[in-house]
Amino acid sequence: MRRKLSHRLILFLSIGYAFLYLPIIILIVYSFNESRLVTVWAGFSTKWYGELLKDQGILDAVWMSLRIAFLTAWVATFLGAIAGQVMARFGRFRFHSGFASTITAPLVMPEVITGLSLLLLFVSMETMIGWPEGRGMLTIWISHVTFATAFVAVIVSSRLREMDISIEEAAMDLGAHPFKVFFVITIPIIMPALISGWLLSFTLSMDSLVITSFVAGPASTTLPMKVFSSVRMGVSPKINAVATFIVLFATVIVVTSSVMTIRQDKKKQREIQAAMKENLGK
Amino acid sequence: MRAKLENTLKKIIPRGRSIVIAIPFAWMILFFLIPFAFVLKISFAELQLAIPPFTALTKLIEESLHIKLNLGNYLFLLQDPLYINAYISSVKFAFVSTMLCLLIGYPMAYAISKSSPNIRNILLMLIVLPSWTEFLIRIYAWIGILKNNGILNNFLLWLGVIDEPLVILNTNIAVYIGIVYGYLPFMILPLYTNLTKHDDTLLEAAYDLGCPPWKSFLTITLPLSFAGIVAGCMLVFIPAVGEFVIPELLGGSETLMIGKVLWQEFFNNRDWPVASAVAIIMLIILAVPLAIFHHFQAKETL
Repeated sequence: MRRKLSHRLILFLSIGYAFLYLPIIILIVYSFNESRLVTVWAGFSTKWYGELLKDQGILDAVWMSLRIAFLTAWVATFLGAIAGQVMARFGRFRFHSGFASTITAPLVMPEVITGLSLLLLFVSMETMIGWPEGRGMLTIWISHVTFATAFVAVIVSSRLREMDISIEEAAMDLGAHPFKVFFVITIPIIMPALISGWLLSFTLSMDSLVITSFVAGPASTTLPMKVFSSVRMGVSPKINAVATFIVLFATVIVVTSSVMTIRQDKKKQREIQAAMKENLGK
Repeated sequence: MRAKLENTLKKIIPRGRSIVIAIPFAWMILFFLIPFAFVLKISFAELQLAIPPFTALTKLIEESLHIKLNLGNYLFLLQDPLYINAYISSVKFAFVSTMLCLLIGYPMAYAISKSSPNIRNILLMLIVLPSWTEFLIRIYAWIGILKNNGILNNFLLWLGVIDEPLVILNTNIAVYIGIVYGYLPFMILPLYTNLTKHDDTLLEAAYDLGCPPWKSFLTITLPLSFAGIVAGCMLVFIPAVGEFVIPELLGGSETLMIGKVLWQEFFNNRDWPVASAVAIIMLIILAVPLAIFHHFQAKETL
């Protein structure tokens, strides 16, 4: 009994999506504006993209951000996959609720608090044990891994909870070592979650402004920090051009990861149906 | 004897399971929990012109350990109305924005969950996409729209609705728009997840028994989606209280938010002890919402 959506809901949905997307679309349109003024249209031009490619400061910041994001994604996916597995499959253990809270708290913690606390940790550690020496890529990377792990853990554990535990149990009953079960059965099941987790960690790391500003040293400027300092000076079509790249980047990533998840779900459904048919045939 | 030895060994050497738990746990304890201890410690320190810019709490004087807790930072925060007002107004900003997100997000999540499966995936992807796009960029987009000579004002002037441009940018209204815009996806996603899990047969039964749709919504769907509502509200409210980027870019001199105050204490005044005290009081205010968030998170886990 799936009745069609009422007109009122469709209208509401359209307004909602317009609210979400109009600002982004306007941003992209004005990156092609001839005029320096962001709000006055003076004809089509790609000159701001040319200026962007000549701006060594921004290019350096992009390179810095890309390196940190790449290193963050691998470690956060590794830690998050384990944490997600523990949250979804390990049942109750002594510190179970403490574990889940600690892992997921960075999701909601205001960034100014996380950033300040990490900085104070790094400064105090340096005075006590001499490591990490100064602040820069290493401290940014550690901070990014910390919050990205929380997101990966949630993605992986919610994927695992949707999945049937019986396959893993069957393998265990047949005498497979838990590690073997994890690598041969669990990993393939959660692969789409791992890939979206990797991509999300990468994106989160590329986007982080507040936490990064706290833990970055004077020599390490990431792309969001660079964008932020120019935005404070006022709007400029060059920033719109940067924004267009960022939106394009996010679109490619989100579409890729959604398509992958949908495909695997469809494949799984087909396989289940095929298996059921086979069983009925016997 | 041998069996006993093996048993003891087993107890000493952690099992594989414990190691697996320990790997991510150790990272998060070291880089997420322990840092709070340092914030607490430094909130009791005094400002000094040195690197790092705060005094040590412990001192060895004549071989005895002296601990000096300086409550001055907290007294300072509690006596200056600027800080108290900033806390109150941050909570107000976050609360009103959360309610607005719920009012806009609930019908959207509901409509998405009721649409046909093929369209549903695309609609959902369109909700996820903004949350993966840089927050700073999405907030920046509103500057060009809300400015005095911005797109919205130009459009309204052209329509003839207004004669003079409206002042929206650098006011509290702009901050509300920014928070609702920035956090709306985080309201919709948990609501959607919750609403798709509902059993449609309940609604069918109600319908068959002559219950009008609005009544079955109020008595069945709404109560069932309570966990989703709470999760969505906490995902918006908690980070919004400490928001920095939105008041900085869209707010004006009248906008008072504690996240911005903390930032200024740290970066402009370079007063780390006061910034730490600001953070600790914010954590105390957020303790209850955080506990609610974890309670519902844990419920989902078990």
